[in-house]
Amino acid sequence: MTEGPSTASPHRPGLSRDRVAQTEAEVIGTSAIERTAAPDALESEQELFTINMGPHHPATHGVLRLLVSLQGEVVRDLKPIVGYVHTGIEKSCEDKSYWKVIPFVERMDYLAYFFNMEAFCGCVERLLELEIPPRANYLRVLHLELNRIHSHLVWLGTTGLELGAMSMFFYCFRDRDRILDLFEMSSGQRMHTRYFQVGGVFEDVPAGFARRVLDFCAEFRTRIDQYEALLTNNEIFLQRTKGIGIVPRQRLIDLGVTGPLLRATGEPWDLRKVDPYLAYGDFDFKVPVGTVGDGWDRYRVRMAEMRESVGIIEQAIEGLPEGPWIADDRKVVLPPRDELSTSMEALIHHFKLVTEGFRVPPGEAYYAVESPRGELGCFVLADGSAKPARVHIRDPSFVNLQALRDMSVDGYVADLIQNLAMLDPILGGIDR
Amino acid sequence: MPDSPGLELIAGELNEAHPGSVLSTYHEHGQGCLVVDPEQVLDVLGWLREAPGQEYRFLSSLHGVDYLPAEPRFGVVYELLNMPRVERLRIRAALPDPGAEALPELPSSVELFPTAEFQEREVYDFFGIVFRGHPDLRRILMPEEYVGWPQRRDFPIGGEPVIFTHNERQVPRWYE
Amino acid sequence: MEVRRQKLRGLAPLDQPRTPDELRVRQLRARDMLRGDLDGPELEKHVTDSLLMTQFEKVLNWGRANAVFPATFGLACCAIEMMSIVSPRYDIARFGAEAMRASPRQADLLILSGRVSIKMAPVVRRLYDQMLEPKWVIAMGACSSSAGMFANYAVVQGADKFMPVDLHVPGCPPRPEALLYGFNKLQKLILGHPDPGWRRRYNAEGTEEWARDDLIVDQPSGAALATYGRARDAARNAPPPPDAGAESDVRGVAADEVFGREQRRRR
Repeated sequence: MTEGPSTASPHRPGLSRDRVAQTEAEVIGTSAIERTAAPDALESEQELFTINMGPHHPATHGVLRLLVSLQGEVVRDLKPIVGYVHTGIEKSCEDKSYWKVIPFVERMDYLAYFFNMEAFCGCVERLLELEIPPRANYLRVLHLELNRIHSHLVWLGTTGLELGAMSMFFYCFRDRDRILDLFEMSSGQRMHTRYFQVGGVFEDVPAGFARRVLDFCAEFRTRIDQYEALLTNNEIFLQRTKGIGIVPRQRLIDLGVTGPLLRATGEPWDLRKVDPYLAYGDFDFKVPVGTVGDGWDRYRVRMAEMRESVGIIEQAIEGLPEGPWIADDRKVVLPPRDELSTSMEALIHHFKLVTEGFRVPPGEAYYAVESPRGELGCFVLADGSAKPARVHIRDPSFVNLQALRDMSVDGYVADLIQNLAMLDPILGGIDR
Repeated sequence: MPDSPGLELIAGELNEAHPGSVLSTYHEHGQGCLVVDPEQVLDVLGWLREAPGQEYRFLSSLHGVDYLPAEPRFGVVYELLNMPRVERLRIRAALPDPGAEALPELPSSVELFPTAEFQEREVYDFFGIVFRGHPDLRRILMPEEYVGWPQRRDFPIGGEPVIFTHNERQVPRWYE
Repeated sequence: MEVRRQKLRGLAPLDQPRTPDELRVRQLRARDMLRGDLDGPELEKHVTDSLLMTQFEKVLNWGRANAVFPATFGLACCAIEMMSIVSPRYDIARFGAEAMRASPRQADLLILSGRVSIKMAPVVRRLYDQMLEPKWVIAMGACSSSAGMFANYAVVQGADKFMPVDLHVPGCPPRPEALLYGFNKLQKLILGHPDPGWRRRYNAEGTEEWARDDLIVDQPSGAALATYGRARDAARNAPPPPDAGAESDVRGVAADEVFGREQRRRR
C-alpha cells in the first residue's frame, strides 16, 4: 500500500512548507516544530514517526539537529535545527580592531579558513581602496586553492566514512596532513593560520616552499586518480548516489544555493570565473559542471575541482612574482622591523597600528569569494573608528542547508545521510 | 555593479513604478545601494526581480544592521545579484526603532526569494525585526527561549572578565 | 634557607567521600596558599594524603587505560584535529583508542572538541550523564577549557562550569600530537599516577578539584562562607607584605625551590 519513494524530489511550489495553519492535521508532538502537515497525506491506519537526529550524531557533520518525520523509511518532512555551535562571532567582531577580527572570522567555516580570511580582508581592502601587491595576490590564490583541496579531501573522507567506504577516510586524511605540512611551512600553524593580513599576506613563504608545493602537486594528481578508481565506478557507491537528492536548477537558484551543488545541476556559476577577484583572471582553469544534480554529480564535480585546483596551484607557484608580500601603506600595514630602530615615523606607525589599529573611513562593502561550499560573502560596515561596526558573513552552508529538505523529502532515510554528506555543511559556518 | 548614473536610473524608474519607495541612493567602492521604504520593500524587490532590464533574481544575502546611534536605526540589507550580467545591487530597508518593547516590522520576502527563509529568521533572532508573512518566524541560532536581541548594539557582549592579579580580589569567583 | 621537600607518594582515587563543606574549605585554603596567605600548621594540613592502591585495582586501571573508547563528539574546529588523530600519521590506535563509539553508553572518554555554546551545553551535560562510570573528559582546545577567544554571550566560558573535566589540552586547535600527549597524560591519570605537573613544582598538591557525584557544587554553606569571610578580611586588612629581603616561610619555600638561584642573585 505504501508506494516506493520517487527518486526525484518534486518541485514544491508555494510558500509554506509547514501548512499547519491550513490543515486540521493531528498534532503529533507538543512543540510547534514537531507539528508537520505531512500526516494529512496518509491513510487512516498510518502514522508519521518523528525522530530526532542529532545534535550528537556521527553523521551530521557537526552539531546539526534534524527533526525527521518518517513514514516507514521514507522521509516525509524535515526540519533542521541549528545553533548548537553558535559562537557569537559577528557580535564579538564589533568589539575588536580589524586585525583582531581576522582570527575570529577565520573560525567560522573551519575547513575553509583561508576563504573566511580572504572574504574579510578583501572587504576591508575594498573599504580602504587598498591594492595588494602581485606577490601577495598569487600567494593568496595559492593558499586558497590548497585550502580548497584540503576542504574537499575532508569532505571526501567523511563522506566515504558515512557511506561505508571507511578506507577513504584514512587516505584522505593522509593527504590532508601533507597539505597541512605546507601550511605549517608557510605560516607556522596547521589550521587557522591567520596568514592573510589586510594588505597582503602576513609573511613571505620560506625557501623550499615552492619545491615542496610542486612535489605535492605532482603526487596529488595520481592520488586523485586512485580515489576515483576506488569510488567513481564502484557499484555500491553508484547505487547509493546515482539519482538521489535531485533538485531542479531553478529551485536551487531560488534557494540561494551556490557552489558545487549548483554546478552539479549544470549551471556554470563560479565566482572565480564570472567575477574574478584576486589574480584568478591570470590562471587558466576550467569550471567542472554536472548534468543531473544528483549525489554522483556532486561527487564528480568536487573531484574535478580538486584537479583544477592542482593546476591553479602549479601555475601560481611557477608564475609567483617577486616583490613585497604586503602593501606598503604604513597607515594600514606594519613597517618592516628593521626600520623601527632608525625611523621615528615607522615607530609611531607601528605603535598606533599595534595599540589602536588602523581606522577605516565610514562606509559599507560586500565582498564575495568562491569557497568550497559556495559563495562566501562578507559585509563590513565601518564607522570611521578602528573597530568594525558590523561584520556579517554570508555563509554558503547556512543557505545551502535550506536545500536539504528539497533533497531529502520523499527519499529514504539512508539517502538523507547521503544527501547530508553531499551537501557538505560545516556547522561552524551555519551557526557562526 | 551598476555605476553611479545607472544606479540613479534604476532609482528613477523605481520611483516611477512605485512612488516613494526609494528614499536615497549611494554609490561607493564600486557598489550601489538603494535605501528604500520598508513597507514597499516587496514592491521594490519584485520590480527588480521582474523588470525586463533588471532581473536581479538571486538574493545573495539578507542581513540586518544596527546603525545606532544613527537614525533610522535598523537596516535590513538585501544583496541582489543579476547572474547573467554579474551585477550586484544592495537594497537597504531603513527601519526606525519603534521604541520600548515594540519590534520593528516589515513584510517577508520569502515568496519572492525562498532563500530568505533562514536568513530572515536569523535577522529576527539577532535584531528582533519581525517579518510579516514568514511561515515560521522563530529563533534559529539562539536557544528558543532566549530573551534579548543579541546583535543589537546596545546588547552587552557578555562573557567574563579575565582575572589578573590586579583585579582578582574584585572579580567574584564561582564559589562566591 | 632550608628547602623543604615533600616526599611524593603514589596518588590514587580518594577512598572517603568528602563533604561539600570540606571541599570548599580546601579550595579556599588552596587559593590562599597559592597567594601566600597560609602558613604553619594550616599549610601542613593542606598537603594531600597518601593513599594506597591494591593490585587488583592496578590491573583494572591498566585495562581501562589501554582500551579507552572515545566518544565521537566533535563540536567545531578541534573536531577536525580530533579526526586526524585517527588518521595514519598520528595514529591513536597505538594507544588502543581507535574504537570511537557513537553511543555515549559505550564510550569511556568524552573529548570536548570545540566551543560549547549555551544551546549545546545541556546536550553535552546529558551526554555526559548518559556515559557509564568510569568516564573521563578531555577538554580539547582553548574553547572548551576556557571559552578561548570567545568571551561573549553565546559560549560557555569553559566546560568545567557545568561538567567535571579531567584534562585540558591547550591549543587553538591543539596539534594532534598535543592531543595525543594529553591522552597519554590521561592514561597515566587512569593508571593512578597522575602527573602533578606544575603542582609539584610550586608545592601546590591539594589544589586539585576532584569531581565526585555526591558533591553539590552550588552554594557554599555557612561554615565555608564564614571561613572564607575570615580569610578574606584577614587578607584585606593585613599589613602590606614584607619586601623581598625578609624571610617568609611559604613564599620562601616556593620561591627558593623554583627561582632559588635567581632570587639569591637578585639579593
